[in-house]
Order: sequence, then C-alpha cells, then structure tokens
Amino acid sequence: MQFTIEVNNRSIKAEKGETILSALNRNGIMIPTLCRMAEFTPTGACRMCVVEVEGRDRLITACSAPVEEWMKIKTHSPRVIRARKTIVELLLSNHPDDCLYCDRNLDCELQRLSDEMQVRERRIRGSKIKPRRDQSSPAIVRELSKCILCGRCIRVCEEVVTATSIDFIGRGRYTHVGPAMDRDFNFSSCIHCGQCVLVCPTGALHEKHYLSEVQEQLSKNDVIRVIQYSPLVPYALANEMGVKYTRDFDRILNATLRKTGFDKVFLSGAGTDILITELADAIIGSETTAGRKPLIVSACPAWVKYCEQFTPELLPLLSTLKPPQQISGSIIKSVVPVSDDRPRVYTVSVTPCTAMKFEARRDSMTRKGISDIDTVLTVRELARLIILYGIDMTNIDPEPADEPMELRSSAALLAEVAGGIAESVLRTIAVRAGGKEADRVAVKKLRSTGIFRETSVTAGGVTCSVAVVDGLKGLEKLKQMLDAGTHFDLVEVMACPGGCVNGGGMIPAGSKEAVRQRTRFIWQTDEQEAVRGPEQSSTVAGLYGNVFDQCPELADKKLFHTHFSKRDVLL
Amino acid sequence: MSKIDEILSRYREGSHESLIPILQDVQEAEGYLSENAIVHIGSFLRMSTTKIFGLATFYDRFRFFPGGRVHIRICNGTSCFINGSAPVIAAVRETLGIEPGQTTRDGRFSYELTTCMGGCNEGPVLFCGDNYKTRVHPEDVPDMLAKLKSLSDLQ
Repeated sequence: MQFTIEVNNRSIKAEKGETILSALNRNGIMIPTLCRMAEFTPTGACRMCVVEVEGRDRLITACSAPVEEWMKIKTHSPRVIRARKTIVELLLSNHPDDCLYCDRNLDCELQRLSDEMQVRERRIRGSKIKPRRDQSSPAIVRELSKCILCGRCIRVCEEVVTATSIDFIGRGRYTHVGPAMDRDFNFSSCIHCGQCVLVCPTGALHEKHYLSEVQEQLSKNDVIRVIQYSPLVPYALANEMGVKYTRDFDRILNATLRKTGFDKVFLSGAGTDILITELADAIIGSETTAGRKPLIVSACPAWVKYCEQFTPELLPLLSTLKPPQQISGSIIKSVVPVSDDRPRVYTVSVTPCTAMKFEARRDSMTRKGISDIDTVLTVRELARLIILYGIDMTNIDPEPADEPMELRSSAALLAEVAGGIAESVLRTIAVRAGGKEADRVAVKKLRSTGIFRETSVTAGGVTCSVAVVDGLKGLEKLKQMLDAGTHFDLVEVMACPGGCVNGGGMIPAGSKEAVRQRTRFIWQTDEQEAVRGPEQSSTVAGLYGNVFDQCPELADKKLFHTHFSKRDVLL
Repeated sequence: MSKIDEILSRYREGSHESLIPILQDVQEAEGYLSENAIVHIGSFLRMSTTKIFGLATFYDRFRFFPGGRVHIRICNGTSCFINGSAPVIAAVRETLGIEPGQTTRDGRFSYELTTCMGGCNEGPVLFCGDNYKTRVHPEDVPDMLAKLKSLSDLQ
C-alpha cells in the first residue's frame, strides 16, 4: 500500500512497512549511515541516520524506524545536522589521527563522514584507545585503536560466514572486538575469508600486506620472479583501477606485470583446468568402484579451514586435490628452469581471496619446508603495486602469458562463481561421455540464487548428482541431506556467498545484487569464449601430454594432492 | 562427574536463555570461568565460545583468572571516587604489592576494580568474601587485610 508523507516540506510516496531510510533513498534523498549494511536487519546503533519527525521529541533513526502515514520528516534541519556532526566528532574523539599512515586512507567511511559533516577541528577530546595491532594471522590484520565498534564485522561473521569468530569483548570504553578469550587471530576459529574486511568502515580490519616482500624480491638479481593470477583478477583489477574492462585487458595485465619486473607470467586458470580434469577423472573413476562416496571440493581455503574446525566428520569426504593456486604453484616450482646465477624461483599469486594467504602457508602445501607459492596478493594489493611502479595500463601493448600455462578455458573463469566448479566438472564429464555439452536445463539449476542448490545430469548413461553450497549458511542443509542418506557425487562448497566474485580480496560489492551482476558478467564471458573446457585447451593438453611426462616430480601427480586434518581451536 | 557437568545437568541442553545462570553457577563453584568451562558450556548450549566470552566480559562479576583464596573487589565508580576510593585502592596495592587482576605469590589474595556496586551513599565500597565493607578508610586497609589473612588461614 502506498501513501504520501511529507519530507522537507514536500510530499513523497512511501510504501507501508518499509523503513524511513528506504522511502527517502527511493525518492532521491540521501542521508549518511554507518552501522547499516544492505540486506541485514537494522540495529540503529550508530545513530548517524537520525531524522527529525514532527511530534516526536527525540530524533529517530531512519534505518530502523518504519515509515508511517502521519509523518512529517526533516532530514537536514539544523538540529539533525548538529546531531550527526556530534556523532562523528564523538567517534573521532578517541580515534588515532593517523589517516595519512592508514591502510584505508582516502577509502575510509569515517574519513568521508567527517568530511561530509565538515569536521575541521577536534572539539571533543577523549582518551585514545590503547594501540593494539594483531598481526598474528597470515591473512587479516586487526588494529583495535581504529575500531569504531559499529559491529558490522561481528554480524557478518555470525550471520553470513557462521564462524562466529569475533564478538564485542568487555564493556564501556574498554569494549573491543576480538576472538574468544581475547586471543589473537591465529589461535581463533577465524577462517580468513575476509568478509569482515569487506564491511569494515575504517582501517581496523584489513588484509595483511606483503607488498614490501614483493618489492624486495623484485629488486634482487639472483631470483627468477614468477607471478600467476586468478581468472577473475583482470576484471576485478580493471574495476579497482577505474579502467573499462575489455577482452584485451587480460593480455595488457601480462605486459604490465612484466614491466613491473616479473620474469614469467602464468595463469592460475590452468591450475583450475587441471583441478576440473582431475575431479572429473575421480568421479568417472569412482563410477566403476563400489561404494561411491560424495566428493567435496576443497578448492575454497576458507571452507577447508571451516571444515577442519567445525565439521571434522566431513573431512574424509574432502577431495585431497590441492586448490588451483597450489596446483599451478607446484608446477611452477617444478618446471621453471633455474640457472647458476639465478638459483631460486620466487612465486607470487594474485587472487580475489584473503584465505589463500593462509592456504599458501599450510604445512601440507610445502615441499621440504619450501612453499610452492611464496606470496599471495589480493587484487587491491596488486593495484597498489602497479601504481607504485608507475605503470600506465591505458598505454601498453598486450602480450600473451608464458608457456606452459599461457591459456585457461572459460570453465576456469566460471569456477570463480559459486557453483562454477561443479558446473565445469559436469560439462567435462558430458564431453568425455561423447556429448557436446551437459544438459543445459539441469545445469541451469546450479545458477539459481539459493544457498543450497542441487541437480543431476545424465551423460552417456551415467547419472551424476551434484550439490552446491553457496555461502556457509547452506552447510546445514547439506549436513541434513547427507545424514538422511541422500547421495551426491560431487559437492562444491564456497565460503563467501556468491563465490570468489565476493571474495575477501575483492573490492567490496556492497549488496547481493552487485555480486549477482559480477556473476552474470562471468556467465556472459563464459558463453562468448571459444575454449569452454579443459579438454579443449591446448595448455592442458600440453601439460598432460608433455610437461608432466618430462618432469619426474609431476609424472605421478602426487604433487597435486594434499591432506587435511582436524584443527583444535576454540569454537 | 565433574563440577561443571553436575551444574549443566540441571539445565536443558541448547537453551540459550540459561547461559547467565549457568555462568553464575560455574563461577560460584570454581571461583572463576576457565577456558575449559566456557568450551564445555558452549558445546552444551550449542553456542560459540566467542559469544559466551563476549557476553561474560560484559559483566563485572565474572572472572577469567583463578584469583586468590580471598578475592577483593573495590568500587572504582564515580561516587566512591568522590568519597575517596583512590587512596583506598592505593593502600590495597601497597599492602598486597600487586596490581589489579594479579594474585599474591602465596595465592592468598587477589583484587580487582569494578564499577558501581550500588552503595553510593556509603562509599568507598569494597567487597570481599560475602561481605560489603562501606566507608572504608585507607588507614583501615592494612588491619582489614591482616584480619582477612588470619581468617583465610583458618579455612
């Protein structure tokens, strides 16, 4: 039901049951918010969005109050503006004024609000929060003095990620955000997914930077520097740099990386192709053996850590295959030739993920104590590196990537959205069975918006049923179905809702719709590209037919497998 | 059966609303909330230990360290401060030779500063064992602690 309300002496239309904020926004009136997150129940905690309603003594929070017919609202009256300004001033009263040295300088919501409210002096002085910097986690840094206690990270961790690793600790001015028993992150149940980093309005939570490490290696003469990037990285990087993404951008990125100082540029997508091939092999192979067990994809490092902590009973079902980044990492460290004056290979991987920083450091991902991937960068860090080295991406000639991992199939790109790996595996199985592609109608079920999706595809007389858990909230349903005895051949779990397109190393999407838009872009690209699966890719053929045979370490593919074990943390 | 199991057996599994009563019972039985106890309660109530710890730290009454046989809580609130709690706190610190939250070497004493305990007109207020002591003077502190010491010897 629609009705009219009066806002700033003009009438606007409002829907019954919606909040004041949504009515205002729909009518083009913007008011600042801070603790609000799209698609979450409002808390009204920060009070940034207060408005004046005639007949009410107090200002009310627009984000949480439902709009009513009798309302006459003032959104920018002197009283409202004064209140908002005071709120920002109070938030700043105990904030360290070190914006120039902050990770989120020029990209900080508090900074923006303080500018919008025209705060030009420190009017209110509070005692500063004791600086405490938790650098224990390989992926996420927590800086308590910069926290404004909006509680967004806590809600995401509980309601979206379901790990519930952080909460408010203490009371009053001692309140801070941290894991159980006030431990540091590396001893907590944090799965390093980085969803909290995406919602943090200030620099209190950010990914751990490894740029100085990369710079140091780039300045050395005795190392061979290799970089690989995930299929999603060019698209995300174009967004981050404000460049329009075109098909050429992937090859422009190759040239850019070489200019930055990397000797070889590989595509992690080739690793994804191998993963898809091996997964398809495993499923087709298990067809003939008795006792088919569901195979749970272990490509998402945040999910793997979650599984080790929260659902160790599922560990035996977890695929022992390494995730794409590590597969290509182990190929790189095996095949890139070293010489006497450059005896060491240094590998960097660029991903849309923070958890991969943790993954690369797992004991089970190393060989004789040497990791296959030395440094993992997020898309945001790569953008900084390129800017630091002063490379103009708009004025550079495209170059191909290096052999033997110079191409990826579009299936590898598809793996960046939730359900993509499952879909690609189904496609490969269908092609192996002699078909042209998998049953479109059945596969399309994997592209719905549900948090738990399932389908089954019959190809060449063999039926393959798969399930996709899109965001860890869908795990409950999977557990129920497995307990009830439902059979799946393949289960894909993605910790971040929407998959890697919403990963912790990406630019914050802000809403489900924005994630969906990225997803649709990937589906479109997948339709348009020529090489649709690993079986069509010359790179994969070259790797299996040539490279693996020549390299004794890779020949038996043992390098592509790893192991996972139960993890003892406070849950 | 451990003390914690015995306490938990009095409550319904998974009932989140029993969290605070359980925490109170455990604190009474063990003197503090150990990590082990929190994990136990967490799996009993199917709650994250992070949430339990977060909630428990909100309340001053819950402690997370064993503390001494005699645990003293001194009000650090506004009203008691005006009535002169600072010299009292200093006297306790000097007599025991420890900081708030620490325990004396012999394991006899520990103390902590808390927010208002509701005795504002009678401040400074101090709480030990089961007794409130009101209008505490700094010069009374050494005597009071000596008395508590001999009492704890009898226990």
